[in-house]
Amino acid sequence: MAKRIDVSGLTAYYGSHKAIEDISMTVEPRTVTAFIGPSGCGKSTFLRTLNRMHEVTPGGRVEGKVLLDDEDLYGAGIDPVSVRREIGMVFQRPNPFPTMSIFDNVAAGLRLNGSYKKSELADIVEKSLKGANLWNEVKDRLNKPGSGLSGGQQQRLCIARAIAVEPKVLLMDEPCSALDPISTLAIEDLIGELKERFTIVIVTHNMQQAARVSDRTAFFNLAAVGQPGKLIEIDETERIFSNPSVQATEDYISGRFG
Amino acid sequence: MSHAAIAEKRPSTLRGASLPKWSPWAIAAGSVVLAVGIGLAAGLDSKVQWGLIAALLFLVGTYTIAASVEGRRQAKDRIATGLVWTAFVVAVVPLVSLIWTTVARGIKVLDVYFLTHSMGIVADSQPGGGIYHAIIGSIEQVGLATLMAAPVGVLSAIYLVEYGRGGLARSVTFFVDVMTGIPSIVAGLFILSLMLIFDMQPFGFAGSLALAILMMPIVVRSTEEMLKLVPNELREASLALGIPKWRTILKVVLPTSIGGITTGIMLAVARIAGETAPVLLLVFGNRFINNNPFEGAQQSLPLYIYQQYANSAGANAAYDRAWAASLTLIAFVMILNLVARAIARWKAPKTGR
Repeated sequence: MAKRIDVSGLTAYYGSHKAIEDISMTVEPRTVTAFIGPSGCGKSTFLRTLNRMHEVTPGGRVEGKVLLDDEDLYGAGIDPVSVRREIGMVFQRPNPFPTMSIFDNVAAGLRLNGSYKKSELADIVEKSLKGANLWNEVKDRLNKPGSGLSGGQQQRLCIARAIAVEPKVLLMDEPCSALDPISTLAIEDLIGELKERFTIVIVTHNMQQAARVSDRTAFFNLAAVGQPGKLIEIDETERIFSNPSVQATEDYISGRFG
Repeated sequence: MSHAAIAEKRPSTLRGASLPKWSPWAIAAGSVVLAVGIGLAAGLDSKVQWGLIAALLFLVGTYTIAASVEGRRQAKDRIATGLVWTAFVVAVVPLVSLIWTTVARGIKVLDVYFLTHSMGIVADSQPGGGIYHAIIGSIEQVGLATLMAAPVGVLSAIYLVEYGRGGLARSVTFFVDVMTGIPSIVAGLFILSLMLIFDMQPFGFAGSLALAILMMPIVVRSTEEMLKLVPNELREASLALGIPKWRTILKVVLPTSIGGITTGIMLAVARIAGETAPVLLLVFGNRFINNNPFEGAQQSLPLYIYQQYANSAGANAAYDRAWAASLTLIAFVMILNLVARAIARWKAPKTGR
């Protein structure tokens, strides 16, 4: 059920500002792909183009192709809402819905797009929370508000919420940057488990994290401030961190950058 | 020289002389006494003048005493605190005085009889009678106005915050701003001109229309602010789950802000409940109970107060009734506010801690 993503010649704009230029890459199913690069180089923008969240930002538009198993996400007649059901997303800051209980948060995706059977809902919620390694911590307080959990628990709740709708691909935008090392470890372990079922793309500023969790790593960079970000190279994580083919990658990874 | 020796010679740079905690109260009491003394000595009649002298003495006294004991910086701090407190007292005194006067005078004739009878068989100059017809009229007119203005206002705000881009949104914002500034009598005249075109007699619903015009921009403004407070991350989280935008607004954005929206609507209701001018033009006033807002003149509380005062010909009974109706109106608005706060607290996102 995990799907492959093929990106070719993708350019994204904010109004007249070109944020990323001419990016092409392939993301294999059931792998973890990490995006690294300096701030402002367009990693998050690129990630958001993969499930058509980029156009939610006023002025955001995209040129190029994103193929999800041979279907162009930006083709004519494609419904962005359906795209987002196939490609889920976890954000930098944990953002559980404040008015909903833990149970309702996980059930939100199913309930609000109307595609569920009542009898299955409790099972799906339990399965998703177990999938996010949160079940044991919250099973006795499913009716309590989600915002009462700790930051790390909230982030795992958001992951549970994202996987409850059974997406094919899971995009994670710096999911651990607001968390302490223990919660980070919990999420990294979780990513290792989730990749058995999903294709995972993760943006991170933490290079050790990229090295730990990902199979492939893509390095993004920008020529200067105000210039569009570009994909410098994408390769097996081991190769990127030991013997990258571009000098800029090595400079960035070894800390000699800028 | 050892460190101990230095420490003995120099006083601590961190600790300075400070006035005792009760000193502001003492200075305040002192300046009030002094102001009373000055007032009596100079033969000033107005208590307002006494109060102003006391406030001035308090500020000057605080500054000089604090400057001599604690130093200039602390004195400035104290004078800023003093100014804030003085401003607070100046703002609260009229409010308390207003409520006190209204309660003291209004309580005289305010009883169950007063609340459940109309002025049908009572002349304005005689005691007796009540405000039942005015309460019914007020509730119906304000209720109908709210039914019209609240949905339109909330929906406009949703359009402006969630969808509005470009020219249409800008012009809607502009006209809402203009509408906020419409004097109530102008709204009344607008509806009145329509009534004259169609050759209609005054009736309650016409008043509701004018009140709705006044209420709508307030609802739009407050709802807009509340919706802007909803973090964008929540919208994105919902959209990223594959939830359509309209359901996102309905199930995530609105529930998150419903407390604030309700408060805004309640405040707008409170605001129009006290409007007199459009009601005077359009509803006209009525001595009898008229439960039908769509036909015939009605009464309303603010209009009742005005008419009792204007038509009383100096009769005390009418003044008493006007005060009692004022008290009822204030209580009505205050209860609405309390209800709004209760709803806001009850609906506010829970932290679970």
